[in-house]
Formats: sequence, C-alpha cells, structure tokens
Amino acid sequence: MIPPAFDYHAPRSVNEAIGLLGSLGADAKLLAGGHSLLPMMKLRFAQPAHLIDLNRIAELRGICEDGGDVVIGAMTVENDLIGNALLRAKVPLLAEAPKLIADPQVRNRGTIGGDIAHGDPANDHPALSLAVDATFVLQGPKGTRQVKAEDFYLATYMTALAEDEILVSIRVPAFAAGTGWAYEKLKRKTGDWATAGAAVVMRMAAGKVTHARIALTNVAPTALRATDAENALLGQPLNDATVDAAAQAARAICDPAEDLRGDRDYKTAMAGHMVKRAIRAAAARCA
Amino acid sequence: MPKKIINVTVNGRAHEEAVEPRTLLVHFLREQLNLTGAHIGCETSHCGACTVDIDGKSVKSCTHLAVQCDGSEVLTVEGLASLSKEAGVLHAVQEGFYKEHGLQCGFCTPGMLVRSYRLLIDNPNPSEDEIRAGISGNLCRCTGYQNIVKAIQYAANKLQQAQKVTA
Amino acid sequence: MNAPTDPKLLERKDALQGMGDSRLRKEDARFIQGKGNYVDDIKLPGMMHMDIVRSPYAHARIKSIDKSEALKVPGVVAVLTAEDLKPLKLHWMPTLAGDVAAVLADGKVHFQMQEVAVVIATDRYAAADGVEAVQVEYEELPVVLDPYEALKPDAPVLREDLAGKTSGAHGPREHHNHIFTWTAGDKAAADAAFASAPVTVSQHMFYPRVHPCPLETCGCVASFDPVRGELTTFMTSQAPHVVRTVVSLLSGIPESKVRIVSPDIGGGFGNKVGVYPGYVCAIVASIVLGKPVKWIEDRVENISSTAFARDYHMDGELAATPDGKILGLRVDVVADHGAFDACADPTKFPAGLFHICSGSYDIPAAHCSVKGVYTNKAPGGVAYRCSFRVTEAVYLIERMVDVLAQKLGMDKAEIRAKNFIRKEQFPYTSAFGFEYDSGDYHTALNKVLDAVGYKALRAEQAARRADPNATHLMGIGLVTFTEVVGAGPSKMCDILGVGMFDSCEIRIHPTGSAIARMGTITQGQGHQTTYAQILATELGIPSEVIQVEEGDTSTAPYGLGTYGSRSTPVAGAAIAMAARKIHAKARKIAAHLLEVGENDLDWEIDRFNVKGDPARHKTMKDIAWAAYNNVPAGLEMGLEAVHYYDPPNFTYPFGIYLCVVDIDRATGETKVRRFYALDDCGTRINPMIIEGQIHGGLTEGFAVAMGQQMPFDAQGNLLGNTLMDYFLPTAVETPHWETDHTVTPSPHHPIGAKGVAESPHVGSIPTFTAAVVDAFAHLGVTDMTMPHTSYRVWQQLVKSGVAL
Repeated sequence: MIPPAFDYHAPRSVNEAIGLLGSLGADAKLLAGGHSLLPMMKLRFAQPAHLIDLNRIAELRGICEDGGDVVIGAMTVENDLIGNALLRAKVPLLAEAPKLIADPQVRNRGTIGGDIAHGDPANDHPALSLAVDATFVLQGPKGTRQVKAEDFYLATYMTALAEDEILVSIRVPAFAAGTGWAYEKLKRKTGDWATAGAAVVMRMAAGKVTHARIALTNVAPTALRATDAENALLGQPLNDATVDAAAQAARAICDPAEDLRGDRDYKTAMAGHMVKRAIRAAAARCA
Repeated sequence: MPKKIINVTVNGRAHEEAVEPRTLLVHFLREQLNLTGAHIGCETSHCGACTVDIDGKSVKSCTHLAVQCDGSEVLTVEGLASLSKEAGVLHAVQEGFYKEHGLQCGFCTPGMLVRSYRLLIDNPNPSEDEIRAGISGNLCRCTGYQNIVKAIQYAANKLQQAQKVTA
Repeated sequence: MNAPTDPKLLERKDALQGMGDSRLRKEDARFIQGKGNYVDDIKLPGMMHMDIVRSPYAHARIKSIDKSEALKVPGVVAVLTAEDLKPLKLHWMPTLAGDVAAVLADGKVHFQMQEVAVVIATDRYAAADGVEAVQVEYEELPVVLDPYEALKPDAPVLREDLAGKTSGAHGPREHHNHIFTWTAGDKAAADAAFASAPVTVSQHMFYPRVHPCPLETCGCVASFDPVRGELTTFMTSQAPHVVRTVVSLLSGIPESKVRIVSPDIGGGFGNKVGVYPGYVCAIVASIVLGKPVKWIEDRVENISSTAFARDYHMDGELAATPDGKILGLRVDVVADHGAFDACADPTKFPAGLFHICSGSYDIPAAHCSVKGVYTNKAPGGVAYRCSFRVTEAVYLIERMVDVLAQKLGMDKAEIRAKNFIRKEQFPYTSAFGFEYDSGDYHTALNKVLDAVGYKALRAEQAARRADPNATHLMGIGLVTFTEVVGAGPSKMCDILGVGMFDSCEIRIHPTGSAIARMGTITQGQGHQTTYAQILATELGIPSEVIQVEEGDTSTAPYGLGTYGSRSTPVAGAAIAMAARKIHAKARKIAAHLLEVGENDLDWEIDRFNVKGDPARHKTMKDIAWAAYNNVPAGLEMGLEAVHYYDPPNFTYPFGIYLCVVDIDRATGETKVRRFYALDDCGTRINPMIIEGQIHGGLTEGFAVAMGQQMPFDAQGNLLGNTLMDYFLPTAVETPHWETDHTVTPSPHHPIGAKGVAESPHVGSIPTFTAAVVDAFAHLGVTDMTMPHTSYRVWQQLVKSGVAL
C-alpha cells in the first residue's frame, strides 16, 4: 500500500525532462498518468529512486492538425481523447475506443503516451496505433526522431524508446472519407484489460475491401498487426467466408499468456471472434 | 528524502503543508488535514472509495501524489455541502442518496458522492446506462447499485429543477 | 398488523414511523457528509502504526528472523515475533472452532501470507519500510492443497503442533490432517430408503473457496492505559462482547477493564467475526509500549489471510419414486478448512447448520456427514453471508433436485411443488431434527411463476433449443430455498461457551425520548433505524427520537453480535420483550394518573385510553414525565428495562428465486436477462431497508457465482488476490433486480420476524448455477462448477459441441 521513498522532479519542459533522464539514468522512471506505475510502486514491485513527473509539461498535451495528420500530445489523457472534436472528425476510432479503457476516474489521469510507452501487451493503444498507422515522435538528448507504430513494440515491456528518450507525440493520418473503424474488446468486467481485443480500420469500394488494417490486443507478448488477416480481406467482398478466413489468419498468429482470463485456446478463439465482430462493425461504418 | 512544500486549496480553504514525495494524496487528506471522508478500500486503484475532485476532474486520490496537487483545488465529500449558497443545506447528490436509500455501510459513499457530483456537471441528464458507466470506477458491496442509480437520478432532477428556477 | 382506517389514527401511527414504514435512515447524516467514524479514522495521541511481515510460502520452516535492519529504519520502534509472544503464551491462540491458530508463526508457516512478524513504527509509512527490511530465512516444505490428497496416508504432516492428538474438539481424528467427522440424521433409515428406491441420482459438486471482501478491510486501534490498567480497542468486529471475553481470557486483564468498541464498520459479511493475529499483536504491542497501536490491513492481506468462505466438496444422492417424490437424501462432504480450524460456528456444530440441507422438502429419511481437513491455505470457512454453512446446504439440495428433475425429465418447478413441505405441516420437524417454524412455499412459488410468465419462458427455451442457428443458449434457474437463521437457542448454540442469546436495554427520558442499546452491531444493516422502528411501535414513541447504540462493550448489554441474520430474530425479540416490560409499567403509571384500574385501559397506538371514554387518556410521553415524579406507591421511579432473550428456536425464512440467462455460444459470456427474487422473512420492519439488503445480497451472490475464485498454483501461491482479478462487479455488470415478498410470520417470535439478507446470498448463488446448467441441460449436463466466467462457460460449450 505504501510506496518506497523516492526523489520527485517536476520539469516544466521536454528539454528539462530529457536532461533529468540523462543525469538520473536507470534510477529514474517517468511518471505519466501514474495508474500503471504508482500501483506497482505501492505493491513494491517497482522501486525507482527518482520520479520525473511529466504532468507539468504543457507542450506534451493537446491535439492539433499538421498537414494531413492529427498530432496528439503524449500526455493527453484518455477522457480528453474521448471528448475531442478534431479526433472525432478525423480519427474517430481514437475518440471512441478509449471509452473501453479502465474507468472514468482513471481516464482523467491515464495518458495515451503512457499507455503506448509502457510496452504492456495488455494496453489498448498499441493495437489501436497499429490499426491507424500511427507514427511516434521521440525526443532525446540527440534530438527528435520518428518511429512507426509497427516498428515500436519489440517485446513485453520493451519498446524502441531508448532509456534517455521521451515519447512526445503521436501522429495519425486523418481517415480518408468512407473509412470504417471498430475496436472490439472482450473483458471480464468494466475496467479490466482485454481477454482479447481487435482493432480494425477499413475501406471498401464497389463491394470489395480496398484497405484493411487489423491489430490485436493482449494475445501475444506485444500488440500484433495481423497482416495475413488483412490480406484475407483485401480485394475481397465481405461475406462469412472471407470474414472467417480473416479470423482464422488472426488466430494463427496468437501467442497469448495464460492467466485467470483464460488459457491459450480460449484467448485465441476469442481473438478470432473479436476480429469478426470488429470487421462487421467497421464495415457497417464504411460509407 | 527531503519533504516538499505544497500549496493546495481543499474545500475552498488554502493549505501550505510539507509532504514526502511519496505521500499519497489520500493519506495527506486523511492524516494531515484530518479529512477522513475519502476512504481506502484497495491498493490497486480499483475500488474508487478514495475518489475526490481535483481541478474539476474525478480522481482516485490513492493513485495521486500529494506533491502533484501543488497549486490545485481539491474538493472532498466534506466540501459538498459548502457548495450550496445556503448554509446547512446538503448538495443534491447527498440528498438523493439519503432519499433513495443509496447507502448502507457508508464506506463507498464519499467516493460515490464526489464522483456523482462531477458526473452530473459533465452530463446533467444521464440515462441509466450512462449513470452505471459513470460510476463504474466506484465499487459498492452493500447496495447492488440499484438505489445508487435512483439516488443520482433524484439529484439530476433536483439540479435541473434548480436550473429552471434560476434560468 | 393491519393499518387503522380512521384517518386520525392513521396519522398518529404514521407519526411514529414504526414497524412496516419505509422510513428513511437515521444513520445516513454522518455518512453522506463524510463524518463516519470507521476504525482507520480514529487517531489517538501518541498512536503508533503496526504492519505485518508475511510468509511468501505456503508451507515452510522458519530458519531465522533477522530484525536488525528493520530496527534501523527511521521510525521503527519494535519488531515482534513468536519468540516475543512466547513468554506471554500468546504465540498461539484458541479459535472459535476449538482448535488453536498461530498468532505469529512459531517455527513454521502453514499458508501463504501467514503472519510471521509485526513491525511497530511512528507512522504507517515507516512501518511499511520496516516490514520490507525484516529478513526471514525459510526452508520450503511440500505443499498440500487438495483435501483428498491431504487425507492420503503418506501426505505431509501439516500440524506438527497436534502430533499425537488423536482427538480434537469435535471427536476422534482419523489422520494427521483430519480435523473432525460430523454427522446428522439417521444413516440406517437413509440407507434403507436408498436400498429400496426405484430411482436414485448422485452428483459430485464443488462449492469453491471465495472471500467476503467487504469494502473496508479489517483493523483495530489498541490502546492500553498503563496508569489505569485498562485496555480499549477499537475494532472492526461483528461480535465485540465475545472479543472482549476472549481478550480478557488471553491477556489476564479483567473483563471489567477491557473495552472493545466497534465503531462504524464498512461491511462485515462474516469477514469480521473472528479474532485475527493482527488484533492480538496490536493489543500486545500497545500493552508493551504503553501507547495506542493502529493496525489496518490492506486489500491483498484481507483477501489472502482473513476468513474465507465455502471450499466444500459435496457428494449428494437422492432416492425417489419414478414420478419424482423424494424418499431419501444422503450427503457426504469433504471440507477444506485451511491450516487452522477457525470456523466461526457455534461450538457444537463444526459444520455449522449444514444439516438444513433437506431444504424446503418433505424428505422422510436423510443423513449427512462432513469431514473437516487441514490444507496449506488460510483458515476460516464460515463467512460471507452463509448463515453457518446454509449457503452450502441450500446449494447442495437445490442442485440435487435439479439433477433428479433432469433424470426424470420433469419440470423443475413441478418437482419442487410436489416435494414441498405443505403449509399445514408446519411446525415441521425435518429428518435432521430442525423444527421449521412456519412457511407457505406453494403460494410463494405460484406468485413467482405467474410474475415471470414461467410457461412462456419454457416455451421460448424449447423453441431456442430447436433452432440450430440460435446464437445463444437460454437457461432458466429456479431455487426454492429455506434457510435457518437466528442462532440461537443457548442449549444448542454457544460461542466459546457463551450462549447465543441477545439483549436490549431501554431507558425513556422524562421528556419522552429514549435511548436503547443492544448486543448486536450493525455493519450497514440499518439497526439505528429498524430497531428504533420496533420500539416506536411497541412504545408509542416516534422512532425519530429513539437513539439506538451498539458496539461499545462498556455500555451495551452483552450480546453475541451480528452475523447469520441473527439480529432481528434474537436482538429484535429482546427489544420487543424489553419494550413490553416498560409497557407493563407504563400501564400501571397510566392507571395511577387516570385513577382507574389497569384493566380499564386500552392501548391505542401511542396512548392508554380509558375504556369507553377515550377523551381520558395518557400518552407514553405523558407517562414518561410522570415516571420521574408521580408513580403509584410501591413502584420505583424511572422508565427502563433490560431483556436478555434466549430464543426458543431458530427462524426459517424462505424464498423463491428465478433467473433467466442467455449464453453467447461464441464467447461464453452469460447475460442475466431477468432475476426475480421473492423473500419471506416474516414480519417486515422497513421494506425499503429489506429491499436494499436484497439488492446487495443478490449482487454478492452474482459475484460469487459468475466470477469470484481463489485459485492456488501448485506451490500454494494464491493467484488473483487483488481487485484486478478478484471479481467485484461494477454498476455496469450488475443486473437489475426485481424483488417481491410474502409474509409468513414466525409463530415463536415476539414480533413474528425471521431475519433477512443472508437469504439473497444463500438463495441466489444456486439460482445462477441452476440457470447456467439449465442452459446446457438438453445436452446432458448436470453440473458446472462456479465461477461461471465466460472462459469456463466457453469450455463447457466446447465440451458439449455447441461452441460457435
């Protein structure tokens, strides 16, 4: 219940935060929403000597447009994604899916950046970011670089974010007209992590699928992009056979950890069902 | 680890206090300010018994450091009645929980009240489903939530009536 | 009681807000303003904090405990182990079940998270740091988690402290891990019934271990005053007087110098009945240090080490005629008690009131046996709104009746109606010797079946079963339960030798208000309101001005506490009886004031009228004033009474619950479409409070049936001991509840009340299971073990070949 003692730093700028990360090194952890890190510290599973609180850095918050991209500050909290008019208009999946994350109070603190950077395969934004073809903007002592979502998730709790870097923003191309989208998340109760989740973004023309991105939550050591499942749909009409084929291809790449939510068979089967539900829901939204 | 000085307004009153960086907001409120309304029911941020209102948002005070509240305004259950323009009058959510039997042991009640207060500001006329989703971060073991829903509906009606009168 | 028709009389009656009135609660004011007084709210000058070092292993020897680093942590003032408690003979303590339990592990640990040492510090943060710094060296031992494995000849010895003890508190011990074998009923008669029966069915079923998980965890503030030699302890206790007696016996401090105070309690549900090592250590620490010591456990500690519930492996058999008339019942149970037998049962009943397992049915021959076993798990077993194992008993019989119905192809409502004890048969003595006080099961059943449109539901189900494209299975669960509460008659029921009576003292003040104290303690049940309502009706004083106090052993008369729905049956009766003593004295005073004979007076709602001349009357308020200045010769002044009520019998509330579920064939997700709960608790004191309690009990039952579990891995690690995994439903998952009632008063209770609100837990859990199994019944499924998570239900879908 009680975290171990630590030193607390509240930088006001990204550069200041990067400076602190550099000088404090591996003894320091970044504090974003805190709803992953603080519980771990209260249970004494994590015992950092220093916390660098990102919550006072204004430049890390906010959602704006830049060219054809929507740019989301990494410290934007889930509830601000849900309520954001720009996001609703341009990338509605990211305005709707966060309703399935945690609960109302947690969503006032939990951030999209924290959800992504933690590298936890149970988090929802990794699969969502794969489905929307997001690019992450990372900043470190040597400057800024961009990494595509599909290159970012390396292993459980391991991402392409270097130890001296901070995730500053998420760039998402605005949906083209007629894009359908959905996120289906099977969970034991409201606020739980996914037993299995599937994010789908797709477009259709003349009755055939012209664009499909399918990503899976919590059925492998990282979020997965289900390319074979996408290929089962591309150029095809949507019917039971093609949807089943996509689900089967998605199941084939699942490698879930067994826990109280289910064994490998259950989680894999559920991933298939979430893919089917998400495809159908996304198709219904395709213009 | 050296203590930090924080300036925080709680229920309208300014406080300057020294805290350890690791001091949880819920302990700061309960132990240093003697505001024991917010309760602790778990250590994994699930139960919501510790819910307070920080700068206009519902937050679980067990997953928030006191140092993070420097410069903030915090509302706890003890401050709800003082929001009324009249002295000694309870807030509509408090009246609703009383009238609709929305509490039994009372342990989840402060968190439920402070959460309901904000829920109704954000969504003054919620459907039953919206209410249930709105309080999904607050666990109760006694009531089965059914009367809590009625309590919040009571408060919503009362607040809307008051709006009509002042409009 | 019938409402008066005269509007003036009705007005006077309503003004009392007495029995039957859904009056709002008197206790709410402090809770809605955040001014409740729970144990963790209590701060005493100089107070220290205690935290506990716990074993990571389920079974291990303790090789060494090094306190030195912990003592260096700033703020830490003491570290205590079993070695420190030995000179006080407090390293072990007696349990409520006639066993002993370690207070701090003495040489070995018996379950994961068992208490090994305590750290006392100036604040709770330092105490937590101190706990981290205590270094304990363990040598792991083989772990026993399965009670059947535990009884094998070569099973590891768990209780070395009981070596050589071939008998325990409940009779002979057959094996080193065996605790007791308890039986009830007539084995010969039951065996004979089975031998000749045309139809027999048997079913093995497991009622898994779960935990009551009240929102407030357990804790205490122990404060020993070395100057006065007095010990005060604020404690989350459902039985403060019993605790006082136990603490006095353990500590040697006279009971007159021990004060236990149960302040506001954030839910009990049976989790807060027993004496935990944390309480004992905090008390010892306070005595040793001469300062108050606070101990508040966290949630993981609560789930992992405090009183769990159930863990009963049950084998049931029914003998019957081909047309479904039950001839006999046999039940064998293996009960997993964990490492120490700490069940909070009345002394003579190591399996509680499990022998209510003949249920609502007229079964001529029955026998049950329960074998208690030690394993490397936390101690407990009787908790969580179980009414002393009535949850297990009702589950057993209701599942067996369904198994029989399925075997015979009979409707599950029809078979119940056929076997019900009939209204005319009450009072009814069961084959196990319980004398059921009253009941009318047929009327209640018909009310529920009509209300839900049962025939149409079965028709819908048949159509759904016939449709190969249906995406959902539909199940209908029906449970018709009788429970036994109100423990209990002292000749049968005692806790550590103290008879299970309860008590009330009342004092009416000169200006007509009153104070009353009882030996029970509310944890949310609304006693401050309902008890005042009983008194209002009995005494003619508004409930609004009757103060009710419980929980402080220095002022409240001795009682056995609140659990097992005993408050209304026992303390409620004491309240009525004490009130009637006052009423009798009041009549004398009224007669004196009105200068008539006592028999010339009629009592009417709030006053004594002179017969035939109601303009001449004295209200109870008038009488109260006179009691302090104008009483008849030979009568003392004052207007107060005490009553200790030893109930003549238990009470037998009953209910009819029906649940409709739809199961998604793709995911196993089970949606409760409808839940209809009819309860009969006899006289209803406050319908609003009853309904609220039913909602709560149904929700806890839903949690147990559909998601709660305490799984152990092979090493004895308890998995899922946080609220991330331990299923507490939110408002989103919780179904909408429909409640209904009938009223069949208890003939032996002074106000006809039976007690309520363990019933929704007792009754709902088998109802959910019945519904889920019923969804698969046409596929030959007779049993599915809880919890019915979507994962587990999916596994059955796959097994039955109907998963999509």
